[in-house]
Amino acid sequence: MKGKRVGLNGDTAVAFAAKQANVDVVSAYPITPQTIIVETLAKYINNGELDAAFIPVESEHSALSAAVGASLAGARVFTATASQGLALMYEILWIAAGMRTTIVMALGNRAFSPNINIHCSHDDAYAARDTGWIQFFAENVQEAYDLTLQAFKVSEDHRVLFPSIINLDGFILTHSLEGLYVLDDKTVEEFLPPKKPYNPIDPEAPKTYGPLDLYDWYMEHKKLQDYHFNNNVPPVIKEVFEEYAEISGRRYTPVKTMGVEDADIGIMILGSSAGSVRHVVRQLREKGKKVGVISLTQYRPFPKKELVEAVKNLQVLAVMDRSISFGSPGAQLYMDVASTLYNAKHRPLLFNVIYGLGGRDLTPVHIEGVVEKAEEVLKKGEVEEEQIWVGLKE
Amino acid sequence: MSIEWKSWKELPIGKIIPEPATTLKFKTGSWRALRPVLNEDKCIRCLLCWIHCPEPAIIRLEDDLVKIDYDYCKGCGICANVCPVHAIEMKMEGE
Repeated sequence: MKGKRVGLNGDTAVAFAAKQANVDVVSAYPITPQTIIVETLAKYINNGELDAAFIPVESEHSALSAAVGASLAGARVFTATASQGLALMYEILWIAAGMRTTIVMALGNRAFSPNINIHCSHDDAYAARDTGWIQFFAENVQEAYDLTLQAFKVSEDHRVLFPSIINLDGFILTHSLEGLYVLDDKTVEEFLPPKKPYNPIDPEAPKTYGPLDLYDWYMEHKKLQDYHFNNNVPPVIKEVFEEYAEISGRRYTPVKTMGVEDADIGIMILGSSAGSVRHVVRQLREKGKKVGVISLTQYRPFPKKELVEAVKNLQVLAVMDRSISFGSPGAQLYMDVASTLYNAKHRPLLFNVIYGLGGRDLTPVHIEGVVEKAEEVLKKGEVEEEQIWVGLKE
Repeated sequence: MSIEWKSWKELPIGKIIPEPATTLKFKTGSWRALRPVLNEDKCIRCLLCWIHCPEPAIIRLEDDLVKIDYDYCKGCGICANVCPVHAIEMKMEGE
């Protein structure tokens, strides 16, 4: 591990990363649980530690709108939000991606209302899944810091030019103090030189941004965006992960696996709970149980090939979702996994586990229960109950 | 105009239009169902149609007579409606 060992909570670590990235514009509105990010950045700018424009907007809709303009003008732009704030940004999310801005946003994952809840669900991350933003999931504070720095590099690459979201579980990561290694400013500066704008707003060379686009070319524009997102982004993410490994000693991969090579049963999960699952599975493996864990660092673009590879020896896979999609064939990650594997040469039996909504703890007992359920499925060779809820007062 | 795209592969990144004044290429006259037809003998050169046309597809000539620009006229009929002497008549396209 390279760098200095410090103690920070997730929000402060993300704000520190944005400062080291030397952002030009911070356009954000405070909302729990990411408020500390905006507060910390405001403090840096006020103290003169960060030379950036802070735009104190009146809503998240404006926060992202201002960020879009700043990004297209050539600035390195950072914003942060959560839950309802992201919902208010929703129309601009599509615009930020379609106009190929390079905004980096931290999303302190928080449950959608009703009822009002400030704790963790992945509703907000999932709500942005179709919008064309790159999405990373951090598992701990170290990852939140590292992924923020790497996201700027990925987004601003001229083969990419898409905005990025870094998901960090509300309170569990945003407010938990953890030890982490931070790089020195000079190393970050070398890794992340000033942004090279692509086709920026320029009065000398007028262009139209976001024009009317009807049945004659709209479809082609969508095709180009989709093609670049699916084909250009994943290789650049891998390159950036590789480069970051060299300077930090911390190696990231789109899909993280543990024990799937020899396991019959797999558990797939996003965010901070992956660590808890891995802890329980490690204990179960010591007892001789053949269980593995899959978690995603790169959630969008969805790493289909890597997932197919990761599950090739599994017989049963429990896909855990910290959200629900009302009336859908399953919750959001489950649908991604099921459709990815449908045409794969080998596909395990799948079932969906709903857990942790609104900050409900996922305990080792719950995880053991999921493994027991998977063992039943393995024994019967069929899935009788496609979705189960854990930690629910029945 | 230099923009002559044939495929999605040729489009500029970010849905931008890389040169100005391209709305001139967008001939909205094809939207028209009703066509304004000017009777020059009746026209009193008051220019109300010229002022009211939202496009603007009424072109003012030197002697304050007007000409209708059918490349951009969408056939909304405002000109015919404001004309105080009924010098503009809306006729079905194709008639």
